[in-house]
Amino acid sequence: MNPVRKQRLILVLAILAGLAVAVGLAVYALRQNINLFYTPQQVVSGEAPVDTKMRVGGLVVDGSVRRNPETLDVTFAVTDGKGTFDIHYQGILPDLFREGQGIVANGTLISRDRFEAEEVLAKHDETYMPPEVQDALEKAGHPGGAGKTGSDSGYSGGYSESDSGDRPAD
Amino acid sequence: MWKTIKRWYHQLGSPVYFYRFSSAVLPWLLPISLVLLAVGLAWGLAWAPVERYQGDSYRIIYIHVPASSGALMGYIAMGVAGLVALVWRMKMAEVMLKALAPFGAVLAAVSLVTGALWGKPTWGTYWQWDARMTSMLILLFLYLGIIALQSAIRDPRQAARAASLLAMVGVINVVIVKYSVEWLQTLHQGSTLKVIGESSIDDAMKWPLLISMLGLWLLYAANVLMRARTEVLNRERRAGWVRKLVNRP
Repeated sequence: MNPVRKQRLILVLAILAGLAVAVGLAVYALRQNINLFYTPQQVVSGEAPVDTKMRVGGLVVDGSVRRNPETLDVTFAVTDGKGTFDIHYQGILPDLFREGQGIVANGTLISRDRFEAEEVLAKHDETYMPPEVQDALEKAGHPGGAGKTGSDSGYSGGYSESDSGDRPAD
Repeated sequence: MWKTIKRWYHQLGSPVYFYRFSSAVLPWLLPISLVLLAVGLAWGLAWAPVERYQGDSYRIIYIHVPASSGALMGYIAMGVAGLVALVWRMKMAEVMLKALAPFGAVLAAVSLVTGALWGKPTWGTYWQWDARMTSMLILLFLYLGIIALQSAIRDPRQAARAASLLAMVGVINVVIVKYSVEWLQTLHQGSTLKVIGESSIDDAMKWPLLISMLGLWLLYAANVLMRARTEVLNRERRAGWVRKLVNRP
């Protein structure tokens, strides 16, 4: 290669590498602010501040949803396998809200085990299948078919579930 | 192998050769891309099965994913063109850099709009300042910045140099878009289609998606070739081969 071009190439690649490292470090340093929500583990361990507006996220625990039949009050527990706490919400839940699926709630942490939500959003996983296929998988007893077991959801949203075996490796 | 690549590089670097090459490719590329896109979209939007939880609303994936992937790949291509333009000062790379931007910007905008429309019925919100969505918005701004930079500087070579730098630096953002859903806590789910390993989408839904993706990518390529041809003619308007081409009866 001609020496002038070689020098330019080295200069350009050095600038790029420097910038990439700088951006990487900035994202790493700010990751708590860039992360959309606190995980149950962070809530339980005391890393998440009490009495501050914030978002939390986790998987809805199976069988934990309790609704008041007279009002729109609903209470449910969320977990990430390393911590569990209750969320109370008054309002209409999104259609995709179901036990075993992920949610993100916006509100205030009242105490280490209770969160008062003003807004509940449903996360959905990256699995798409027709209802017939799910029925067939459930009949065959395949764990990948049942959407409610909580262990199958293939989460790559950063939940530290112990058994999220189908998390993409890339 | 290396020699073939090198010959291609030199041949396509020549405006005359590029013009002839694109004249031969375009009459095939454009119809093929449109047919693929039509087949993929019709199959996905009308015939593919419904989703177990989302019902019909998941069908927006057939527009959202092709548009997003096209916007990301187009930006990477601009980064490569920027590197070639900066280091080797190749004119065709400057032309490509300019030709890649408009369609890519449109795709980034389509990705954001369809994502918001999909987010409302599934997540329950049009927009959250989540890492994936924010970095995708930044991608749109980078595209617009490159278009603005190129039109702000009158001398095309100067303009290309400024735009090359922005295109290359912006590739860092593409990495953030891609891996934000794995490294950070986001509302957006992880990737469904995987190059290595099994994709987490049923085959009956996957094939129309792959076909519409391929169709949209080829349509993008056809658009880039068409834009690049116009730009080449404009830049080379004083060259003998262009005069001959124009004066031909």
